[in-house]
Amino acid sequence: MGTRIMSYAEAVADALKIEMRRDPRVYIAGEDVGRFGGSFGVTGYGVFAEFGPERVRDTPISETAIVGHAVGAAAAGLRPAIEILFMDFLLIAMDELCNQAAKVHYLFGGQLKCPLVLRTAVGAGMGTAAHHSQSLEAMLCHTAGLITIAPATPYDVKGLLSSAIRDDNPVVFLEHKMLYAQKGEVPEGEYLIPIGRADIKREGSDVTLVCWSGMVRQCLAAAEDLEKEGISAEVLDLRTLIPLDKEAILESVAKTHRLAIVHEACLTGGFGGEIASIVADKGFDLLDAPIKRVAGPDTPVPFSPVLEAEFIVKADKIAAAVRELLG
Amino acid sequence: MPVRSLVSYSIDRVEVLDPQGVVDEALMPDLDPGEIMRLYEHMVLTRRFDERMFKLQRQGRLGTFARVAGQEGAQVGAAFALRPDDWLVPAFRETGALLWRGLSMTQILQYWSGDERGGAFPKELRTLPVAIPVGTHMLHAVGIAWAMKQAGEQVAVLTFFGEGATSEGDFSEAMNMASVFNVPVVFFCQNNQYAISVPYTKQTASPTVAQKALAYGMFGVQVDGNDVFAVYRVTKEALERARTGSEPTLIEAHTYRVTDHTTSDDARRYRTDEEVGLWRGRDPIERLARYLKTQGSLDEAGEAGILADADQKVAEAVAAFEAIPPPGPEEIFKHVFAEMPPQLVEQQAALMARLARRR
Repeated sequence: MGTRIMSYAEAVADALKIEMRRDPRVYIAGEDVGRFGGSFGVTGYGVFAEFGPERVRDTPISETAIVGHAVGAAAAGLRPAIEILFMDFLLIAMDELCNQAAKVHYLFGGQLKCPLVLRTAVGAGMGTAAHHSQSLEAMLCHTAGLITIAPATPYDVKGLLSSAIRDDNPVVFLEHKMLYAQKGEVPEGEYLIPIGRADIKREGSDVTLVCWSGMVRQCLAAAEDLEKEGISAEVLDLRTLIPLDKEAILESVAKTHRLAIVHEACLTGGFGGEIASIVADKGFDLLDAPIKRVAGPDTPVPFSPVLEAEFIVKADKIAAAVRELLG
Repeated sequence: MPVRSLVSYSIDRVEVLDPQGVVDEALMPDLDPGEIMRLYEHMVLTRRFDERMFKLQRQGRLGTFARVAGQEGAQVGAAFALRPDDWLVPAFRETGALLWRGLSMTQILQYWSGDERGGAFPKELRTLPVAIPVGTHMLHAVGIAWAMKQAGEQVAVLTFFGEGATSEGDFSEAMNMASVFNVPVVFFCQNNQYAISVPYTKQTASPTVAQKALAYGMFGVQVDGNDVFAVYRVTKEALERARTGSEPTLIEAHTYRVTDHTTSDDARRYRTDEEVGLWRGRDPIERLARYLKTQGSLDEAGEAGILADADQKVAEAVAAFEAIPPPGPEEIFKHVFAEMPPQLVEQQAALMARLARRR
């Protein structure tokens, strides 16, 4: 299979096209996904052109209906791949997502499956302010019955989206808006990355940096800087948050004996707390230092470019936390 | 610049069978005597089952549930118009419709006893399980209708809800999407006048629910919900429009909940005996019985036979329900996901180990 350099956005589109060709039950619905090509341009990479308005459906501005109709469509045999423009808007549809999609399989004794994928754009960095910039993955991880995926590279986003569309559970698929333009080598044909498997993006022996989504590249940059100081950092990209690859985290900590968890979302109640708790419970004896969390402040994402830049966790903040751990 | 009227609409109300049991022959739907007798028997069964469920609940043998009494004409009449390949998406008060679709009384009892296994409705019934949250399921009906349209199946989806649900945003979004997508859904509102204690006039300032259809470019009609012939006629026409033209419809069945909202409230606290008495006089089952008697199809012996037959079926179902063993504790983890992920395998193993120690 040949490979090609493509952007994260193109890789998402590539997975959508492959899955829609292979399975006529897969369709897309969302705001501006049709002729306009999606607000981040994803369906504009030939998805609408190839499949047309019936399978790439523009919907009214009704987030609850986008998610709710998909629950019904999935129950009746389709495999919806819906799009919610910004993750912030998902809050409008949380009832259909968390009370319906996540629970129908359980409530109905396994009789109704809900194979839907909900793609949505997360994260700060574009000056889109408090209502268009949040990373709310912790809310999803706290809801039983949902799978949450947050890929960081073009390769991962394509392989994981294919797996998500073929999965029989409701999957929330978080695409970081600052990654859409990032390019990388991606196989041209179909391939699957298993859901629930973390990936070591850089090997190291002194400290483990657990991260996902937009924070992976910040951790890699921090690891570069730390290497110059003789500190070897391992960057573990979770890729999937639920189900969580606990083994990969514990294996890495067994090697490095130090852990920093890095996420863009606010510190308090963030998913980093869950990981810290698991390692404290199952890996206490592996640790040579306390567990660090490096996360956004407990504030809304500011509009001001100066303040927004301060909000987003960067390599220097990560490196500083690591130095504390080793100090 | 003249002022011009751009649109004007009216809303029809359909009545066929009057409270004395006399039908308007011009509007009488095409039902043969055998079908009418089945309608009657089924409405009686629904009521007897409802009454027995109420007793079981009071005895602590069943959980909280929403009673049907008074609304048999609306929901049985509507469900009777469905074809087996159509879909039914109920709310939480449609016991009569579920029974008509072929769901067993035993399974309905199992569900309301608080056993999730009772929610696994047989797939071939094309009937979604009970939806407890108010209004969320109307959107599922739209999605099912979309899936059917995509599959090229000429079938319709009937969804039930109450007038209280029309105040939820989900109603508006579902109606709008159904019209914009042009999908075959029949929205069937059982306007039973109360959302728990809140009366219709405090729920909406709209004189009818039916007219809410107009804003979405949808056909809307009101029907006497205690008149099973009118309900059947209107629903059948709507389902046919849905199947052939993929056109959605909003039907408002004007009816009344003669009992409490559920087994957890007491309706005497918010409405008068006089009002309830007025509606008891419009009872859908008695009205149909009067018609059958004037037709010579029913006499007192026949009536008693139908009652006895219904009670026998209910008794058998209750016995079968009470013989179902409760679920094992490990089932708490079953069906959270299509396949159990590692953290649930771990939690289930921990529970089983703890239980084994306890034993």
